[in-house]
Amino acid sequence: MTTTRAGRRRLRRLVPWGALLPMALTVLVGYLGTALWSLRVSLSSSRTFPQDDFVGLAQYERLFTNERWLLSLQNLAVYGVLFIAACMVIGFLLAVFIDQKVQGEGLLRTVFLYPYAMSFVATGLVWQWVLNPGSGLQEAVRRMGWPEFSFDWIIDQDKVIYTIVIASVWQASGLVMALMLAGLRGIDEDLWKAARIDGIPAWRVYLSIVLPMLGSTVATVFVLLFTGVVKVFDSVVSMTQGGPGTASDVPAKFIMDHLFGRANIALASAGSMVLLATVLALVAPVLYARSRGAAGKGLQ
Amino acid sequence: MSAVPGSIRSLPRRRARRWNVGRIGVHAFLVTAALFFLAPLYIMLTTSFKSMDEIRLGHLFALPLAPSLDAWRTAWSEACTGVSCEGVRVGFWNSVAIVVPSTVVPIAIGALNGYALSFWRPRGANLLFGVLMLGAFIPVQVMIYPLVKILAALGLFSSLSGIVAVHVVFSMPVMTLLFRNYYATIPPELFKAARIDGGGFWRIFAQLMLPMSTPIIVVAAIMQITGVWNDYILGLVFAGRDNLPMTVQLNNVINTTTGERLYNVNMAATILTSLVPLLVYFVSGRWFVRGIAAGAVKG
Repeated sequence: MTTTRAGRRRLRRLVPWGALLPMALTVLVGYLGTALWSLRVSLSSSRTFPQDDFVGLAQYERLFTNERWLLSLQNLAVYGVLFIAACMVIGFLLAVFIDQKVQGEGLLRTVFLYPYAMSFVATGLVWQWVLNPGSGLQEAVRRMGWPEFSFDWIIDQDKVIYTIVIASVWQASGLVMALMLAGLRGIDEDLWKAARIDGIPAWRVYLSIVLPMLGSTVATVFVLLFTGVVKVFDSVVSMTQGGPGTASDVPAKFIMDHLFGRANIALASAGSMVLLATVLALVAPVLYARSRGAAGKGLQ
Repeated sequence: MSAVPGSIRSLPRRRARRWNVGRIGVHAFLVTAALFFLAPLYIMLTTSFKSMDEIRLGHLFALPLAPSLDAWRTAWSEACTGVSCEGVRVGFWNSVAIVVPSTVVPIAIGALNGYALSFWRPRGANLLFGVLMLGAFIPVQVMIYPLVKILAALGLFSSLSGIVAVHVVFSMPVMTLLFRNYYATIPPELFKAARIDGGGFWRIFAQLMLPMSTPIIVVAAIMQITGVWNDYILGLVFAGRDNLPMTVQLNNVINTTTGERLYNVNMAATILTSLVPLLVYFVSGRWFVRGIAAGAVKG
């Protein structure tokens, strides 16, 4: 009697684990397994097919003497810094201005956020068309009476990366606006009363008091935007195909090209490991700080 | 923009609704920004209704002289992708076939994970959850090659089931997080009462928790539908030639065609591809924002 009951209880205790089996598989095989696999491949001499040999860090050395990879890293850095900074500034400004009890708030919010519902591919294609010097913005402004007007960054090797920044900022700054606005709405109205009594100008309050109070929102936005930066691929492929030449190449595209087009899976895997290390180095501290914060609040 | 100083209501507000220089400046900034955000949509729409002759005139901002639906018809059923000329409608139906299971299955698994993590807490599950959340930050490129190999070994590579499985894997962190956080707001007494009444794991899930989960299911569905529809890289690699989603086909139509580029057709195809997520966005309104906030802020 007691043994069967204990047995049944033990069996019942296994049910939640059984239900979590898909998650366990995803974590162990889908995430950890694939990451370790890629790490292993990056230490081999594999080209089209995986090789079992071990060449140490040779692929990484090759990677960091590869001009195209270095250029793509440089592009990623320029893109990342400009994209995150512009999204933060524009998103914060939009949120603050919308928070001034403006007319038509709902409509404005809808307008600022709709690009975020569009795919990177569509975004890239629209901006490719708008920025195309022959028939887009440059030509339109010239026909409007400024024949000298020039805006041909998309075919300029030195400036093409900025056009991808423009398109991405258009797509994503509404997201920052929405999250910042939610943060602003969570701030106690008494703060504003106190500030008014003390005669502190509104911009001062926003910069010195509100912005620091939005610290966790800013951290969230940063993590969201940063993961987007590392992933950037679709918009480059659709907008410039990495060109002109390889001028707008990014690491994700470099890796995809070496995986599928150039059959150099070891080099591609080494590149993907570099990306992973970059993400972990920047995201882990933020997550750690936040989990400490949550633990401090006594979450069970 | 309805910048009309008229509806002055006497609500207890932070600042009085008077139209001084500052308020005009605020509205001017917002309207200018709104125009910047709307311009690409306007250009897409007007271009798609123009003829190629008119587009060659180079008046990007002009309204179409003789609006025509020809480009839309071509984009939908005739545009060429380099291989065939069947328009983006093939991709549309492929995307529908991918999105439906890639929304239902991840939500079901996410709900189950969230439920088990919040109420049953099997030993070690929280560690697993922690790793899952870290997994959300692994760049796709790290996982692509091994996933291709695994799916090929299972005979699922380049198939509908394969691409759905990949979407399940990639959406699991955020889906689990959504449901876990949602169930954390449900009073544990409710769960304990159901346990005392003799409810087992599956019964409490199906009869008590799922019926209470409608709001978060809606949020999750909005996120999955737009996310999976807008995906490009996973569809490109894993779907196979017969299941290429609409985004991949759109890019093929526009970037692999030779000869003169039909900008009106391209823009019509781009709008058609964006229609589903835009529709979801405009219909769902604040729920869309709720999804972003729920998936991002807590954690």
